[in-house]
Amino acid sequence: MHENDVMICRCEEVMLEEIRAWIEKGYSNFDELKRILRVGMGPCQGRGCRDILLRELSRATGKPIGEINPGTIRPPVKPIKLGLCAYGREVDAK
Amino acid sequence: MNENRSADAIIVGGGVHGASAAYHLAKSGIKAVLFEKEYLSSGGSGRSAAGLRQHFGTEVNCRLAKYNLECFSTLEEELGGEFRMEFAQWGYLWVAYTEESMAQLEKNVALQRSLDIPSENLTPGEMKNRWPYLNVDRMIGAAFCAEDGHINPHALTMGYARAAERLGTIVKTYSPVEKLISSGGKITGVSAAGEIWNAPRVLLTAGPWSTPLAATVGVELPVTPERHNLLVTEQIEPFNCPMTLCLDDGAYFKQLPNGSFFFGRDDPDEPKTTESGNSAKFLEGVTRSVLQRIPALKGVRVIHQWSGPYDVTPDHQAIIDWTPVDGLWVNCGWSGHGLQFGPSGGRLAKEMFFGEKTFVDIRSFRLGRFAEGDLFMEPAFI
Repeated sequence: MHENDVMICRCEEVMLEEIRAWIEKGYSNFDELKRILRVGMGPCQGRGCRDILLRELSRATGKPIGEINPGTIRPPVKPIKLGLCAYGREVDAK
Repeated sequence: MNENRSADAIIVGGGVHGASAAYHLAKSGIKAVLFEKEYLSSGGSGRSAAGLRQHFGTEVNCRLAKYNLECFSTLEEELGGEFRMEFAQWGYLWVAYTEESMAQLEKNVALQRSLDIPSENLTPGEMKNRWPYLNVDRMIGAAFCAEDGHINPHALTMGYARAAERLGTIVKTYSPVEKLISSGGKITGVSAAGEIWNAPRVLLTAGPWSTPLAATVGVELPVTPERHNLLVTEQIEPFNCPMTLCLDDGAYFKQLPNGSFFFGRDDPDEPKTTESGNSAKFLEGVTRSVLQRIPALKGVRVIHQWSGPYDVTPDHQAIIDWTPVDGLWVNCGWSGHGLQFGPSGGRLAKEMFFGEKTFVDIRSFRLGRFAEGDLFMEPAFI
């Protein structure tokens, strides 16, 4: 299997090849790639892909990972049911 | 052009209106330079609920909205197909719980129908038939337009900007404009990222950031920021749930083409700021409002929430006009419904640049209306 065929964001099914192609076009920021490819927008909120993406950005720009903007992390920390947000308790989904 | 830092026109702000103006000018042979402080769509455009509607209560908005919608269906192709627009037409449903709201909706629909917009009034029974999952208890009625819908706001903004670039526009991202520059009552350019750029015409399309920028050349814009929140859920099977809005409590929800839902709700207590941030109390308030109307979503999970700034004017209407500084014109103050006006905003900017008669009469959007006390309120504001 070629390296480019690796799926980086499993929630949104984004391949390494796509990520590299868009970085090549000049979209060299985590938040931009997120908006174009939806990478990191799924239920895991980038837990699986953020580090890999930052490494790719580091490789493409020559900047150390620590200097790359890691993008915005938004609440809630993990997905929660809407009913729980509204009523503060588990509710019957039906 | 890049070498001597001068251009025919400079556009300040890389949201949808700036990007569309760049595209329309470039198509007419005007190579502008567009400055964006971060990345394209990073402000209000990319943070919006991405709705497209023709439901307005003032004629100029209805006419422009009708034109916008005519553009969206072919825009992906027109802009080169690089970005998927995700254009969908699942409709806009405005529900009313009070006689007062219903009367306003009926008035809006009458205006829309007189302008050939296919809106209709619905009874709760008719709504229940079309969307059995909606809880219509205590609703008096609704207004619906089936043509209204959704577009990907990033694709829309970046698509316009990339198409403009292919035609010769210079797009400079991560290049904040610190100030506008004028001399003897005429605009001469801007200072951006520490560099002076010259142009005889400058268009300000910076949403709520337009106000401090206009002030650098003595132009006062009555445009203030207001933070609004949204949440997005996990993806579920799409069932084409229309954008459903309620004027009575300012809450709205819609399903996206990928199956996720957006929920939003106005909150007068939100800070008046361009800073994006998150309100903890938003989640509880918005889910209580929305789940009343669509209880079946109780078990669906919220993935994240975010916020973005509206650019609000006293009458909730845009300002599209030349300013007292010769050569400086503005297109801002859309008060929360601006994204969808990108196609007409860009076309109007081009027409104004060339001194042409605009395709819709936009005198009511003039800057002078505030001083004259001639406000024209947009009632379909959320």
